[in-house]
Amino acid sequence: MKIKSVVTWTAVAIVGAVCWGVLALARGETISAIWLLGAALGSYAIAYRFYARFICKRVLEVDDTRATPAERLNNGVDFHPTDRRVLLGHHFAAIAGAGPLVGPVLAAQMGYLPGTIWIIVGVIFAGAVQDMVTLFFSMRRNGKSLGQMARDEIGVVGGISALVGVFVIMIILLAVLALVVVNALAQSPWGTFSIAMTIPIALFMGFYLRVIRPGKVIETSVIGVVLLLLAIVAGGWVAESSWASAFTFDPETLTLFLVIYGFAASVLPVWMLLAPRDYLSTFMKIGTIALLAIGVVIAAPVLQTDAVSKFAFDETGPVFSGELFPFVFITIACGALSGFHALVSSGTTPKMIEKESQIRLIGYGGMLMESFVAVAAIIAACILDPGLYFAMNSPAGATGGAVQSASEFVNSLGFVITPEELDAAAAAVEEDTLVSRTGGAPTLAVGMSDIFAQVFGGEGMRAFWYHFAIMFEALFILTTVDAGTRVGRFMLQDTLGNVYKPLGRVSWKPGLWFTSAIVVAAWGYFLWAGVTDPLGGINQLFPLFGIANQLLAAIALTVATVILVKSGKLKWAWVTAIPLAWDAAVTLTASWQKVFSDDPKIGFFAQRAQYSEALERGEVLAPAQDLDDMSTVVTNSTVDGVLSAFFAILVILVIGNAIIVCWRAVRATEPLPTTEEPWEESKIVAPSGLWPTAEEKRELAAVGAPAGGSGVRDSDESVGSGKDGGSS
Amino acid sequence: MTVLQRVRRTMRGVRWYLAELTGETEYDRYVEHHKRLHPGEPVLSRREYERQRFERSAQPGARCC
Repeated sequence: MKIKSVVTWTAVAIVGAVCWGVLALARGETISAIWLLGAALGSYAIAYRFYARFICKRVLEVDDTRATPAERLNNGVDFHPTDRRVLLGHHFAAIAGAGPLVGPVLAAQMGYLPGTIWIIVGVIFAGAVQDMVTLFFSMRRNGKSLGQMARDEIGVVGGISALVGVFVIMIILLAVLALVVVNALAQSPWGTFSIAMTIPIALFMGFYLRVIRPGKVIETSVIGVVLLLLAIVAGGWVAESSWASAFTFDPETLTLFLVIYGFAASVLPVWMLLAPRDYLSTFMKIGTIALLAIGVVIAAPVLQTDAVSKFAFDETGPVFSGELFPFVFITIACGALSGFHALVSSGTTPKMIEKESQIRLIGYGGMLMESFVAVAAIIAACILDPGLYFAMNSPAGATGGAVQSASEFVNSLGFVITPEELDAAAAAVEEDTLVSRTGGAPTLAVGMSDIFAQVFGGEGMRAFWYHFAIMFEALFILTTVDAGTRVGRFMLQDTLGNVYKPLGRVSWKPGLWFTSAIVVAAWGYFLWAGVTDPLGGINQLFPLFGIANQLLAAIALTVATVILVKSGKLKWAWVTAIPLAWDAAVTLTASWQKVFSDDPKIGFFAQRAQYSEALERGEVLAPAQDLDDMSTVVTNSTVDGVLSAFFAILVILVIGNAIIVCWRAVRATEPLPTTEEPWEESKIVAPSGLWPTAEEKRELAAVGAPAGGSGVRDSDESVGSGKDGGSS
Repeated sequence: MTVLQRVRRTMRGVRWYLAELTGETEYDRYVEHHKRLHPGEPVLSRREYERQRFERSAQPGARCC
């Protein structure tokens, strides 16, 4: 057994190392995406087996004799021990979103290598560590939220900064994601029709679940998914019919629709719209990601992009400005390290975990899966012809929006694509144009349609797969917008309730409308600013979103480091302190450049100065077209600059406060008090990993539990809980 | 084990997984929990339980980007 394990892991290490070797040495020739996949999967396996295990055993000292909150506080509702495989599904569905799909696509501007390296190394040493450690600390505190832990463990300043940070970051996140949807649907009757249809489909599902067949979620979801596929097919018919014009909108109109939709969705009862949409998007998400993974493996496409492009070293990249450090890390965001996951890891998941040791599978393993999605996304972007990639992702101000001018612009970057090729690429997916379809979603959809068409259905299915991919992204972005607006509203109600009592009451209608309107107006403002920004909304706002997300990660890693130090584990604090130091360096450098850089392409205030001086002289600077455009740029760059500074100050406050607490903890002769719940004996028997070991099987058999599931020891009813999965 | 049995077992496993994932089995768990802790007291009907479940989920968890 021992030898078998040594042989296996040596083999895995060799496969991973060979793949990395090919990636490192292949220069000037195109290589297969298989090498990226091999490097990723090999590294994940090693990290999961060794590093994650080391963190669990040595650093966190997980203890399976200790009862988890799910066992101690089991109320059958939010606290209840949940099968690890089911919980992994829940957790993954909650953390996976559009971020890991969009970020890597934009980062492909710098070539496939910088993005891929960060996605893999980042997840192993930062992202997955953050998710698992936050999950662990929250689990030891009965599932407390990140904000609450920051306040308890760091102090009032840290706590309030974290709370404010979470709210503002959420607003920016919602605006940027909504912007991705707007850019994907603008002037596309096929996409707009399909997405619009999801609203009646969700309403029908809601009605069906509430009135006709209460509780039959699978059945309802199957009906919903079938209707959804029908809506995608029907979108193709609509686009070719006389109805097409009724579903063709400019970005401004779509923005208005989204804002109205967002408000309606957040004040309607959950069962009507939000819950059914959530089921649909969960099924679509898991299904499509599985398809993409299978497709990439079978099609094994060839990467067209350079390993490292020239935009990695100068600041002239058209997709986003700035050099590799720090902006590739800011742009990739969620696929490698995502602060938002800390909110999930300190929310529902810790209340449902059966055994402490399962945090490795759910926290670390779940994040590895998310990182794999990011690798698949960067592959999908890098198999496109670079000419097409830059024509699609450069802002309209640069490409001029037409095929002729776009072709000239791409040529000026040093890539070749003819206007005819641009027309042909658009025709292949039955869109009017692909020029300046920024935001990542259309690019990813073209890449995915390329892969899917090779594996399932051939050339004739290309347009279907393109719109399938658009639908899949738009669907779960809209679910995020619904849910995010609600979460933001609850936070606001909670806070404002301290000032004026009735506002805090969840059921008081005027308060509910008022707070919803504030949240929608806030993200609506940034969405509008992004849509109308002459410099390109994605180009301007995406860095802000990345900085915000990474700063939230800094807060989570700070909380974790403080808890480690306070509980007398100073010698292990590097596990979270090193990723924290790196993340703080990246984000604070990025914020610094966004605030103080002299280059108007990067620094918001330099940009403001450039445009406002020109405006005073009455000049119009390209890509602005008139004086109104000029003042729009001035306003946006001011707001964005102030926000960048604000984010940085918040995080400096949290880290500063944390350093003081750590200093006190190190100086103190006894460990400082933390808020960990006391030990209580656990009676649950359950495997730690996905597959039970031989020893775990014996323990399960001893309490009469099914081989893959879990059971209860010495209780009044010492029988297995009958959880009998498909495991063998 | 024959192929057919294997297929059946896999299908059962998939169905079990989806039912757990979507919360379809939540009602059964509630009934069991309720009968054990409050024996003799009336149990909510499925329709009523599902309504209350949605009211509870009115505060959704955070979704990631």
